[in-house]
Amino acid sequence: MKITLNGNVVEFEGGLTVAELLKKEDVDMPDMVSVELNGEILDRDSFGDQLVKDGDTVEFLYFMGGGC
Amino acid sequence: MIVKLDQRLYEKMLAQAKEEFPNECCGLVAGESGEDIIEVKEVFPMTNLDASAEHFSMDPKEQFAVVKEIRCLGYDLLGNYHSHPFTPSRPSYEDKRLAYDEGAIYFILSLKKRDEPVLNAFKIKGRSEVTKLEVKIVEGGEFNE
Ligand SMILES: [Zn+2]
Repeated sequence: MKITLNGNVVEFEGGLTVAELLKKEDVDMPDMVSVELNGEILDRDSFGDQLVKDGDTVEFLYFMGGGC
Repeated sequence: MIVKLDQRLYEKMLAQAKEEFPNECCGLVAGESGEDIIEVKEVFPMTNLDASAEHFSMDPKEQFAVVKEIRCLGYDLLGNYHSHPFTPSRPSYEDKRLAYDEGAIYFILSLKKRDEPVLNAFKIKGRSEVTKLEVKIVEGGEFNE
């Protein structure tokens, strides 16, 4: 399947869940990542169940925060 | 590794930091990454959801929107910046703990001395190992020594 991931078209074999996709993208701490699937921000609890389908647009980014 | 930052963008960050003082301000940094030089092309002020003098958190919804804007401009997301209203320009324990993106450049603008703001840029590896990068503030494309 072909998806648009962070603006780039990428191809994967077969179907994937969001959690599996993040793992393939070397995301070590998915709890600290926000994911947008076709323009909708996903609940982190759904990463393991949510399937990514051919033609989907996925964006992910790290939580950004800090202190002083 | 040198980080080139236009005077105009530095002033944009500084104005925001002063405006939001005593709270921490934050934003995203976009530009072009070369072999030895990283060139900042634009900075994007972001909402500090914590509205605090000691912490900042960005709003993921706002982050997604700005990241797309950066892509449209043909730039890369280089990293982020935040202000330290009362502390020096170096990553705090919390900054390191929350530095999940090893590829990002973390700019910290200190207003500890209001008349002498200090801007530094860092890379943070493994959420602990800090490397300071050289920041050159440039005007009209020329390096100011
Ligand atoms: Zn900080």
